[in-house]
Amino acid sequence: MVIYGIALLGICTLAGLFFGELLGSLFGINANVGGIGIAMFLLMYFSSSLNTRFKIGDVSEKGITFWSMIYIPIVVAMAAKQNVVGALDGGLMALMAGIVVVSVSFMFIPIISNFKKR
Amino acid sequence: MDIIQEVLVKNNLITAFVFVGLTVYMAYLISDKFTQGRFHGSAIAIILALLFAYFVGVSTNGEKGVADIAILSGVGILGGSMLRDFAIVATAYGAKFSDLRSSGAAGVFSLFFGVILSFLLGAMVAIAFGYKDPVSISTIGAGTVTFVVGPVTGSAIGATSDVIALSIAAGLVKSILVMTITPIVAKKIGLDNPKSAMVFGGLMGTNSGVAAGLAAVDPKLVPYGAMTATFYTAVGCLIVPSLLFFLVGLFF
Repeated sequence: MVIYGIALLGICTLAGLFFGELLGSLFGINANVGGIGIAMFLLMYFSSSLNTRFKIGDVSEKGITFWSMIYIPIVVAMAAKQNVVGALDGGLMALMAGIVVVSVSFMFIPIISNFKKR
Repeated sequence: MDIIQEVLVKNNLITAFVFVGLTVYMAYLISDKFTQGRFHGSAIAIILALLFAYFVGVSTNGEKGVADIAILSGVGILGGSMLRDFAIVATAYGAKFSDLRSSGAAGVFSLFFGVILSFLLGAMVAIAFGYKDPVSISTIGAGTVTFVVGPVTGSAIGATSDVIALSIAAGLVKSILVMTITPIVAKKIGLDNPKSAMVFGGLMGTNSGVAAGLAAVDPKLVPYGAMTATFYTAVGCLIVPSLLFFLVGLFF
């Protein structure tokens, strides 16, 4: 049943976000601490143990892979609802800050990624 | 006309599916016809969407891009954090524990390094633009961490509302730049494996920027980048108003 896959995805997402909120209030900050990361761990755990022991089944699996594939259209919708005017209206300083941070951060990606190879 | 509009508004989420579908179709058409497929269709779709958001924002004075138009209000639901998070979690299906473990250390390092680096660079730009008090410098630095950390820090340390608004703008610029530039520079910076994706998520941190940037490069890398990015704002909220603000206070 396709709903089993969606429900499993839902359980993982909700549980992850719950623990994220819990961690946030533990640290005393009003933010979700790694909720999505925890949810992803849960889903990876279930998908690997389901494959070996229970077999979630091809049809149920589609309930998860559908949402994984609809991810890019969701990102396009997310881009379409950004406050682009607000970003450009922040003036030269906001633009400069963004440009400097993004370009320097990009330069560090290959450096940190190659740390262990040396 | 009224009847058409009523149907579109009443079923706004379905209208949003059609809107996004048409946008993606246009993007792939542009990708094929004008760049021979060299510039990825999803990257063009995201840029088109940002352009729409800009033009609608200019005419409506709203803050929610195209979602401020009644018939496109569903785009706000489809692109909102609920479905975005749901879909990001779904991308983890099939991701490998072994990849996470082998690059976990680099991911965690990039997370703290990324927050501190963004803060310092943002603070330096603020100083270069003539800010001299530690509260404003720290708030603008916090904004370049993410547009959530900016206002969280600003209200915690008592920044004025115009400085908080600036910090949000700086964070928005960062997020939009990451969305658009990532697919262009991906090859040059070696963003093609789980490890560099985790480092990318940790260094950039902006959830929407990382999500969109990786989607346009290789959807298989999304879970790895999202995994570190999900901790970024939290690390920022933890260390910026406390440790980093304290450090700025030592100098100003």
